Amino acid sequence: MSSTACFVIVSKNDIPIYEAEVGSAPKQKEDLSYHHQFILHAALDGVHDLAWTTSAMFLKSVDRFNDLVVSVYFDQKFNNIIVSLTASVPHARFMLLHDSRSEDGIKSFFQEVHELYIKIFLNPLYLPGSRITSSHFDTKVRALARKYL
Amino acid sequence: MIGVGKAKQYANVLDKPLSRGRQEVSLSAFAFLFSELVQFNQTQVDNIAELERRLEDAGYAVGARVLELLCHREKGNRRETRLLGILSFIHSTVWKVLFGKVADSLEKGTEHEDEYMISEKELLVNRFISVPKDMGAFNCGAFVAGIVKGVLDNAGFPAVVTAHFVPIEGQQRPRTTILIKFAEEVLHREARLG
Repeated sequence: MSSTACFVIVSKNDIPIYEAEVGSAPKQKEDLSYHHQFILHAALDGVHDLAWTTSAMFLKSVDRFNDLVVSVYFDQKFNNIIVSLTASVPHARFMLLHDSRSEDGIKSFFQEVHELYIKIFLNPLYLPGSRITSSHFDTKVRALARKYL
Repeated sequence: MIGVGKAKQYANVLDKPLSRGRQEVSLSAFAFLFSELVQFNQTQVDNIAELERRLEDAGYAVGARVLELLCHREKGNRRETRLLGILSFIHSTVWKVLFGKVADSLEKGTEHEDEYMISEKELLVNRFISVPKDMGAFNCGAFVAGIVKGVLDNAGFPAVVTAHFVPIEGQQRPRTTILIKFAEEVLHREARLG
């Protein structure tokens, strides 16, 4: 089964600081990945409202678009991690947009990426809120995506 | 020598585990480093307010990182969304990790709803510091105020944080009070959340 997933980390000022298309689907057309970005950004508003109503970090299916689901993972700082085809939003919000439904896999993925993110963040030379350009980070995120998604 | 040859080498920071390990740094080493920090910044500024602001900035970077790390280690994947929760997190967890003890007291300001105070009889950064008369109300606690600000700001509770000396009766040295004044939006949100 080919899956599609798009993962975004959003800083607390709503600026994406890391983006990746991590699905196993064959190389997507360009306009499709814009499509994914669009869905994720649209989900961000709803995520803002949700952020203060729960102390959980992982929220599954905060938004959906046809068969694509947005899951969010908040870190304490209000960045979001977004995963595509499942997207997640935290204080730093990690958002994932995905089409696969294995909730545990997505959660583990978020947790491990969060750990990586903390390590990047602890680096005194990393300016909080700036883009994550480390190729090492990129490789690791993609490896995690293969493992869990 | 500090930890020479002891620490395992990792090719990249990403390979390093975020372990719990209780790591303490020698107080004299810290005091020395901190005094250098103050002295260096002193050469870069021409007034006291500016000096305090620079110390606060240095602390801010520490606070932001400490928040992220401690939430991962201590909180078991819960976020803090309430005002009192984050304050007690600072008062106990953060203080304990940074200074080896919980803060002496955490109080709510009596005059204003939006003010909270964390007091410490002998703040670690002030332990070896006496401020000359001509520097007025300068307080090196600005560094710690910066840490508190960094934690609050990044957790989504913007606040103005300042450090003050408060004399205590019968004691030669004043205690240090960290005054936290929350932004209006924080109180609005608190009220909304009930």
